[in-house]
Formats: sequence, C-alpha cells, structure tokens
Amino acid sequence: MTTMRTSLLNHRGAGRWIWPLLALLAALPPLLGAFGLEFYVGVATRVLIFAIAASSLNLILGFGGLVSFGHAAFVGLGAYTVGILMDAGISAAWIAWPAAMLVAGLAAGLIGAISLRTRGVYFIMITLAFAQMFYYLAVSLKAYGGEDGLPLPARSALAGLNLRDDASFYWLVLLLFAAVILGLQRLLNSPFGWLLQGAKENETRIAAVGGRVFAVQWQAFVLAGAIAGLAGALLANLNGLVTPHLMHWSQSGQLMVMVIIGGAGALWGGTLGAAVLLLLEELLAGYTLHWQLALGLVLLAVVLFAPRGLAGLVFKRGAKTHG
Amino acid sequence: MSKKTTNAVLCAALMLGLGAGAGTAWAADKVKIGLLSTLSGPGAGLGVDIRDGFNLAVKHAGGKFGGLPVELVIADDQQNPDVAKQTAERLLKRDKVDFMTGIVFSNIMLAVGPSVFDAKVPYISANAGPSQYAGEQCNPYFFNVAWQNDNLHEAVGKTVMDKGFKKVVVLAPNYPAGKDAINGFKRFYKGAVADEIYTKLGQLDYSAELAQARAAKPDAMYIFLPGGMGINFIKQFVGAGLSKDITLFGPGFSADEDVIKAVGEPMLGMFNSSHWAHDLDNAANKKFVADFQKEFGRLPSLYASQGYDAGLSIAAAVRDVKGKVEDREVVLKALKAARFESVRGPFKYNNNQYPVQDYYLRVITKDSQGRVTNKTLGKIFSNHADAYAASCKMKS
Amino acid sequence: MDWILVAEQALNGLQFGLMLFLLAAGLTLVFGIMDMINLAHGSLYMVGAYLAAAVAAASGSFLLAVLAALVGTAAFGMMLEVALLRRLYQRDHLSQVLATFALILMINEGTRMIWGSQPVMLNLPAPLSGPVELLPGLYYPAYRLLIIGVGLAVAVLLYLLVTRTRWGMWVRAGASNRAMATAMGVNIRWLFTAVFGFGAALCALAGSLLGPLLAVQVGMGESILILAFVVIVIGGIGSIRGALVGALLVGLVDTCSRTLLPALLRQLASPEVASNLGPALASILIYVLMAAVLFWKPQGLFPARG
Repeated sequence: MTTMRTSLLNHRGAGRWIWPLLALLAALPPLLGAFGLEFYVGVATRVLIFAIAASSLNLILGFGGLVSFGHAAFVGLGAYTVGILMDAGISAAWIAWPAAMLVAGLAAGLIGAISLRTRGVYFIMITLAFAQMFYYLAVSLKAYGGEDGLPLPARSALAGLNLRDDASFYWLVLLLFAAVILGLQRLLNSPFGWLLQGAKENETRIAAVGGRVFAVQWQAFVLAGAIAGLAGALLANLNGLVTPHLMHWSQSGQLMVMVIIGGAGALWGGTLGAAVLLLLEELLAGYTLHWQLALGLVLLAVVLFAPRGLAGLVFKRGAKTHG
Repeated sequence: MSKKTTNAVLCAALMLGLGAGAGTAWAADKVKIGLLSTLSGPGAGLGVDIRDGFNLAVKHAGGKFGGLPVELVIADDQQNPDVAKQTAERLLKRDKVDFMTGIVFSNIMLAVGPSVFDAKVPYISANAGPSQYAGEQCNPYFFNVAWQNDNLHEAVGKTVMDKGFKKVVVLAPNYPAGKDAINGFKRFYKGAVADEIYTKLGQLDYSAELAQARAAKPDAMYIFLPGGMGINFIKQFVGAGLSKDITLFGPGFSADEDVIKAVGEPMLGMFNSSHWAHDLDNAANKKFVADFQKEFGRLPSLYASQGYDAGLSIAAAVRDVKGKVEDREVVLKALKAARFESVRGPFKYNNNQYPVQDYYLRVITKDSQGRVTNKTLGKIFSNHADAYAASCKMKS
Repeated sequence: MDWILVAEQALNGLQFGLMLFLLAAGLTLVFGIMDMINLAHGSLYMVGAYLAAAVAAASGSFLLAVLAALVGTAAFGMMLEVALLRRLYQRDHLSQVLATFALILMINEGTRMIWGSQPVMLNLPAPLSGPVELLPGLYYPAYRLLIIGVGLAVAVLLYLLVTRTRWGMWVRAGASNRAMATAMGVNIRWLFTAVFGFGAALCALAGSLLGPLLAVQVGMGESILILAFVVIVIGGIGSIRGALVGALLVGLVDTCSRTLLPALLRQLASPEVASNLGPALASILIYVLMAAVLFWKPQGLFPARG
C-alpha cells in the first residue's frame, strides 16, 4: 500500500487523485437526488464550510503553532456581517461576502496585534477572552436579535445563480473550498509558509536568520481570520439564522478538535477533521441516542493511536525533502 | 487507490446506506408527525410533559389517526435556536413529516417557524404562543392549541389589580415570551410597578435579582419563570426570607406540577392563573387525568394537557380529511374547524388561529389526599381572546 | 445606593468566588504540577453534584450526600488518572485538549444514560432553607452562609496543607520544577494521582454544595469551567494562593457588576436595555480584568514557577 510522502517544505495535495475526487464531490447532488436523499446535500455543504473554517485555523494552529481558542469569533463576525447587511437591505453576495472577510480580517488584525505578544497558555486565554467579548457583545445587540439571533429572510443574491437551490449553493461552496485549499497549499509551499512553519519549530533561529517572526505570524493570523469570515458568511447562508452561539468558546473548541483529529500541520488536516467529526455525528445520531459516547470513544482512539491525527495515518512525513 | 480516496468513497456509500435506511419513499399510507421539543437542560420537564401528553393521545387513538398509523419522530432542540433550526430542517426535508408540533420556547419557535411555513407543513403549537404570530405575521400554517403568551399574564394582572395590591415588582426572562408576559400583566394591572427585572433565559442563580427585589420593597411580586428557572427562583425566594412580606403571583407555568414536585410545601399559598386545571369537570379531562396518572405515575401539568390536545386536534383533522394529508389546503381547513373534544371543554380558534377560551384562578393547597397541588378557585376571564387578533389579516 | 443591597451583593460575590476557588484550586494544581490541560474538570464537578443528588434522594441526609460525593468523585478521578490521563502527561497540550474533550462527551453521555436528560433535584437541608438576620434589616439565606463558611474553611485547610505539610512541600516543589523534584526523590507517580484525586474531591464539594441552588443537570460543568480557567490565569498557574485571590476577584467583579451596571444603565435607558446590556458588559468585564492582569503581570498574580 502506498502512502503519500510529504514534507514541511512541500505539502503535497492529492496528486493525481485531485480530479476524480473533485468530480465525485461535484457529482454528489445529482447522485443523492437519484436516491431521494436531497437532505444530505445540505450536510455535505456544511462539511465543506467547516472544512474551510478548520483549514483556516489549521494555518495558524497547525502550521504556525499559534493555539487560538477564539477562532469561532471570526466565523461569527463574518456571519453577522452578512446578516446585518441583509437586514439593512444589501443582499448581494459579491458585496456581502468580501465585506465579511474584511470585517473578520480587521478584527483578526486587531486581536492579533495584541495577542501575538504573548505565548503559550496566555496566548490561548487572551484569544479566548477576545472571542468571549465578541460573543457577549452579540448577545447584547438587541437590534439584531440578541441571544435569539438574526434570521436571514433569503440567501445572498449572486447574479446568474439561484443560491436558494441547495445544489447550486453546494457547487459554489465546493468551488470556494477548492480555491481555499489550493491557495493554502501555494502559501505553505512558499517562503512565507516556510518562515511560518520555521517560527513554529524554533522562533529564535528564524529571527536569527532575519525572519520577522511577529510580522509573519500576524499576517497569517489576519489571513486565517479572513478565511474564517468567509466560512461564516457561507454558514449564515446555509443556516438562514445568525446567532451569537456561533462565536461561543465551545464552537472554537469544536474547530480545534477538528484540526487536531484531522492532523494539525497537515494540508488536509482541517478538511479531514471537519468531515470525520460532522459525518460521524450525523451517522451516529441516526443509530443511537447515545451517539456522544461513541463519538467520545472515537476521538479518544484517535488521540491514543493516531498522534498526528488522521492525516498522519495517510501522509507519512518524509525524513528528508524530495530527494 | 489511496486511503484518502477510499475513505471518501466509503463515506459516500455510508451516507447512501443511511439514507436508504431512513425510509424516503413518500407514502400516504401513514401520517408522519415531527415532535421537536426541549428534552434536555433546565426546560426539559416541559418538553417531556408535552411529549408524554401527545403520546397518550396517540395511545388513546389506538396508534392511528383517522385510520392511518401514526409515525411519531421525536427530536430534542436542546433549547438552542441553531440546533432547533437544523433539526427542524432534518424533520422537514429528510423525514418529510406531515405535521409538526412540540416546541416549548417562543424564541425557538420564531427561529424554526420560517422553515416550517416554507415547507408548507402545518404546525400545531402545544405551547409557544408568540405575539408575532398572533398579529401581523399570522400564518395559515400556524395553529396554537395552548394560548397566546400574554393571556395567562393578563389574567394574573387582573387578579392582582382586583385584590388591591399597590406596589409590584415584575420579573421575567429576557426573551419574546418574557416580554409578552410583562406586557400582558401590565395591560390589566394598572398600579405602580416598582421594578421590572429581566433575567437571562436558563439562568438558575437569582441571588442578585432577589436582592434587587428586596430593595424595591414591593407588596407583591409577579414572576414568569417556566420550568427549572421557576423551581430555583421560588426556592431561593423562600430561602432569602422574602415570602414573609411579599405575596408571590405567577402564571400557571410557574406553578404547575413540575415546579410543585421540586419545591413542595414552601409554595403553599401561591396564586396562579391557568386555562386548564386537572380538576376541571368534563369527561375528556377526567379520562385524560386518570389515564395520565396510570401511564406515567404523576399528575399531568398544563404542558401535558396541551400536548394531549395537540394530538387530539391532529387526529381530528386527519379523520376529517379522510387520510388525504398531502392536500394541505384541505388539512388547514380541517385543523381550523377544530372538531375535537378538548380537555378544557369546548374549544374554538380565533381568526388568527389562537384559542378563544376561559381562564381560571388557581391556588396551591393540599388536596384531600394530602398532596400539594393546584385547586381551582374560579374564573377570571370568559371567552377571552388575545390582544393581537385584530392585526391579523386572516378571516375567521 | 441602599447599603443592604450592597452588603447582600458583596456576600453573594464572596459565596460565588469561594465556590470558584474550589474548582480553580484543583485545576491549577493539575495544570501547574502535571502540566496538563484538563477540560474534563468541569465534568468532575458535575459527577460530584449527581452523586450527591443520588445519595441525598436515597438517604435523606445532606451531609451523607456530600461525603459520598467527595469520596465517590475522588475515586472516579483517580481511576481516570491511572487508566487514561497519565498517558497524556508527555503529550503536547493539543492532544490533552482533544482527549479531555472526548472525556467530557463520554462523561456527559454516561451521566445522561444513568440519570436521564432532565435536571435532577437536590434539595436544601431543611434546617438551612430559611434566612438568617445578620444585622437589623440584612437577611441572608442560611445556606449561602454555610457555603461561605465551608469555602473559607477549605481555603485555610489548603493553606495549612500546602505550607505546613510534607505533602504540600512536594506539591510546591512539583509545581515550580517537576524535573528537579523527581530528581530529589519525590514519588511523582503517586503524587500525581493523589493531586488529581484531591482536585476531584474539591470539585465534588463545589458541585454538591451548589447543587441545591442551581439545578443538577448534564452540561453544568462546561459553563463554570471557562471561568475556572480565567481564575487560574489571573491567579497564576500552579499557585493556590493565586487561585483564591483570583476566584474572589472574579466572583466579586461578576456579581457586583451584574447588579450595579444595570442599575447604572437604568438611569440612562429602559429596564429592558439595562437588563440586557448589563449582564453582557459584566461578563465582558471579567475578561477585561484578565487581560488587564496579564498586561501588568504576564504570569498571573502569584506565579508558582519562579
């Protein structure tokens, strides 16, 4: 059985399997429709959206070594941007979604500028603190529903595509997902990515050779925030409802769990983690009322027997780079 | 084939298998009902009561509504609007239910409503009665067999006014039904309101609010705290010594069997209003109360009675359309006609599909068997409608 | 401002703070000595509450219930430590997060399977269910006074344990430098198990004492867990003194701001807005407090590690 060889300097994508994989994913809606399982197109869309969010967290957590416990705040900010704009009458996707990314990116810039001066558990707690502040702020915004949330009367409008149709929305999300993964791969295999991963391994060494650690980490943090904002915008469309719960620390925790299961520091880590967690939940919930127990057992097994996450089982880390 | 692709294919296969097992063919040979309620957390007692009441209705009907076997899909909304919406989507899109019911809390109802109405599935509310759906946003697919949120509070407001209390502190959770509660109370109580306290939904520690209430020095206090919230508040209220100087009033929700069982004797003497009581004298109610006690080992609460009536109303509708549940227009007409024997006595809807009914004053005392429970004292309102019906454009 | 209101709120803050201290003490020891992030700490609190409720319902004695909860949860904690958690000490924090998160799921579901998803009622001991007149006009629930009393007693006990006993010396040594402590002959394995069990017992005490005031329900641990983490960060990881000071600070800030802020806002806006914005601002204030402490003292107020 062959395993993929990948290295820190050259993260492999799926190689020649990328096209059949994409084709299969694209063919999902008609395939499911043929069996009367249209409901699962929504499930697949949710998996892809969380894959985007988890991958953005993986960028800073897995590759940057920055354990941010407040990443859900950026998802929530993106979602709320779309919701608030729609409430104000602006429902065009090409305005709202970039706006979501901008707002989330700005917040990340601000939070990052302050938090990145700390390390270790203090970084975790500071990022948590900021996320909680945004959460409580959203709860107090009575104009936008407060704790009950803000319903979205319709999906964002995109010229030429009816996003109300589950299949069309799914294809758009699939496209965005592919773009994000491709972009991340390009980024991680570039000097920027090398600096980021180098700083995770040993900051002093990177600084000694002239790398501006703080700048690299901050830029990665902002980018991760912006991508999470995009995921939030898509999530708002999928759910039709934006609630403060999106920003709760338990959601940040869930994103972290996705990254860790999938494999922190592996290109497909976020995707694998999101897929496994969400699909397992869906699958187990259908079979037993006590699915959380089963899910806990699976997660425990992953921790004990797959220390590098699921991606670590598939992609073996090469001792040297390409020969 | 790489492991990753194998996994992807396996996942897809699993999903298909799961879906096939879920039964997706649309058959009109049974009636599928989705009961989405709060079955965990501090509000779980209410959801469980609604579910048990509904199940009793199904049992009394022999498992068949209008000749069609009933398939009841029960789901937990965890008192969370996000989860509720996603679960509702699953019930509507995957399970393709013909009717929906069960939601306890109004904020959840408002989150789920749009999905249900879009799917053109009739919703029979066994509890949540938001003012939004009673007035301008009334919808032909929304029926409420319980009450409109303001009603029970209006009844207590009138009682407090009539009993001559001059200074009242009101307390409710900060969500749609809480605001409806305070508005309803103030619509009929015209005296001085010393303080209006809003708490967090699901909050369990009221030490701060009790201190605030004490500082306002009222002679009566009106609370709206369903389920676990009420239990904790009343225990803490008595524990803080406030019951000596302040008479406690509440709507039936805060003084029914679930709260009584948990608080017990400290609650004696609390007045409350309700549209139903277990000692109401009619045949349907006697049968319901007796069988509920036999089946579940406890006295039914008003939530259970509402769940039961929701079941009866759906059964009657399916019977009247002779099983053709796919024809939604006919189903809606049958539901509105409300040809069933409610445990409250005669039942009819207003134009906005909320009930027009009597409201009673109850007090908590010990009954002939020494149990702490409610006793009906008399009527507060007869044939009372809600205040929002006029803004609803639907015809009677 | 009415002095009775202020006094009552101060006592409430003290009570809440002391309960937080019980949770934070165990958490800071585990984090400080074993360097392990234990998200399942809140679940131990929940288990303690459930055990107390079960024993109270069966025996009718509140005291017995609390004792049973202490012993039962300590045993459960130690069993967890030996069976699973000790494998995680060498792993990175992320793995610990995932493993203890999985534990939360399993313990929550296990509890649900045994006791159902509805809250379980734990009643106040009858002699303590009324108020006590502390000063003319100032009534305070007797039960809450008991909590304050127990909390203070435990704080003193812990202080004595940590500073005056050999066990405490080992604990402090382990917290400030684990490698050196091992090298100096401290039986680390046994110590870790004991510390974990002790922390679990403290959680159970908090859970069984708070049970009558709050409902005993699945998920009760998660909400208090995050506050416990804030407390230990403010206080300094590994320091019990820090946990006490941090917990009292957080308790007082939380309780007093929850009432004083809305009162302030009510002068400016409607009661609805005040009641909505007030608690939100109060919650944010806790995190602002934490950020401020970290800004001024990046290792917390009383860091255990030099």
